[in-house]
This record gives sequence, C-alpha cells and structure tokens, in this order.
Amino acid sequence: MAEVGLNHFLIVAAILFSLGLFAVITRKNAIMVLMGVELILNAANINFVAFSRYGNNGLNGQAAALFVIVLAAAEAAVALAIVLNIYKLLTNVNVDEIDKLKE
Amino acid sequence: MSLFSIFFYLFALITVVSALFVVSVKNVVHSAFYLLFTFFGVAGLYVLLGADFIAVTQIMVYIGGILILLLFGVMLTNKITNIEIKSGTVNIFPAIVLVGVLMGALVSVITRTNWKVVQKVIPNTTINSLGKVLITDYVLIFELLAILLLVALIGATSIARTNNTNKEEV
Repeated sequence: MAEVGLNHFLIVAAILFSLGLFAVITRKNAIMVLMGVELILNAANINFVAFSRYGNNGLNGQAAALFVIVLAAAEAAVALAIVLNIYKLLTNVNVDEIDKLKE
Repeated sequence: MSLFSIFFYLFALITVVSALFVVSVKNVVHSAFYLLFTFFGVAGLYVLLGADFIAVTQIMVYIGGILILLLFGVMLTNKITNIEIKSGTVNIFPAIVLVGVLMGALVSVITRTNWKVVQKVIPNTTINSLGKVLITDYVLIFELLAILLLVALIGATSIARTNNTNKEEV
C-alpha cells in the first residue's frame, strides 16, 4: 500500500484492458464483444489521462482522451446498427454463427 | 494513508470488480448494468487525476449514451419473452491463459519501468485550458471529429432502418 502514483493507475488500466480482451475473445454475443471493446477503450483512456497528469505534456493527453470518447460513441452507434441489421437477417447475433456473406 | 489513496483504492476496486462481473456473468443485461459501475469507477479515477471535464464527459457520453445504446441493442436482438438473455462462451481456457500471461507481462513491465514523473500543481479546473488546446493545437482533429460524428449518425440510421421501398421494387 505505497503512496498512490502513476504505477497504480497504469496497473488498473492494464487489468481493465485484460478483462476487456477476455470478453472480446470468449463471448459469443456480439453486444458482449462491443462491451469488451468499450472496456479496452476505457483502459487506454485511463493511460492517456494518467500520463497527462504525471508527465510533462500539458493537456495533450486529456485532449486525446476526449477524442477517444467521441470515437467510442461513433463506433458504438455504427456497430449497434450493424448488429441490429444482422439480427434482422439471421435472427441471432452470435459472432461464431454469423458466417454468411448474403442470405 | 491519505484521503487520495483511500479514494483511489475505492474507485479502483469498484472499476476492477465490476469489470470482472461484466466479463464473467452469463446474463447480458446484468453485464450491461455492471458496466455502469465500471464507467462510474473510471470517471472517479479521472477526477483523482485532475481531469474534471473528461470525468463529466465520461459520465455523460458513456453512461448517458453508449450504455443506453448497448441496452437497446440487447433488448432489440432478443425475443422479448426471453427473460434469461444468456451469452454463450467459447475458448474459455486458452483465453484465461492468454489474458493471464498478458496481464502479468503488462504489470511487470509497468512496475519495473522507472517512469519519469513531473511534480506539478493540479489546476482547479481544466476546462479553460482544455478548450484552448482544442481550438488551437487540435482544431483540425476537432473539426474532423465533428464531421465524423455527423457521418456516423447518418450512417447508423441508414444501416439500421428497414428499407421497405426497395423490397417493393424487387
């Protein structure tokens, strides 16, 4: 329980990244894969903000974190639209069963 | 132990434990609700890092937007009579090994590296300076992101809508 510094934030981000990757690898449901991607993006964001706080780069890290949040929102919207379309065509969203290019 | 440390461990615990539940519970709706606590924990970590605007953006965009979108996705891609919305899993054992090795490697690299840390005073608010950075250094990216959001909005609606007119023609 040492004094909380840069390492502690980076380790939390590393754990979050690993858990997100675990969800992406193991889950069948496409929505769960998307949740894993969100966890990974959050982990990257913690790193950006932590280096912005402890590094000597001014607010560049926070600006990058803001851009990541915006991209995550756009990604979630488009990905969910695609998932809804897949559900309409194939009536399931399991990523291991979706192997058709057309009906 | 300082107040900063106590709050750090509190938020880190919330984040990591709820993320663990997100990836381990079977019910997709439960996963989405645990994701709420993960996002809140991350927002708390941002506050501890002196990034107040990012923390508020995290709550507004992730919890107010993305999480609701994910919940809509869960509801719309399952039959509404199906109360138990389960998600199957594949490759559990190789994934645990791979992710464990990766996490161990990352943690060992992080703890062994001698990070150069700059001591500096945290400003009361970053909104003013962050806004200046966004419209000076990053103005091109800022404008491109505005266009990207518009494209994503139009693209998502055009992908997701049911195209009845085309079916009648065919």
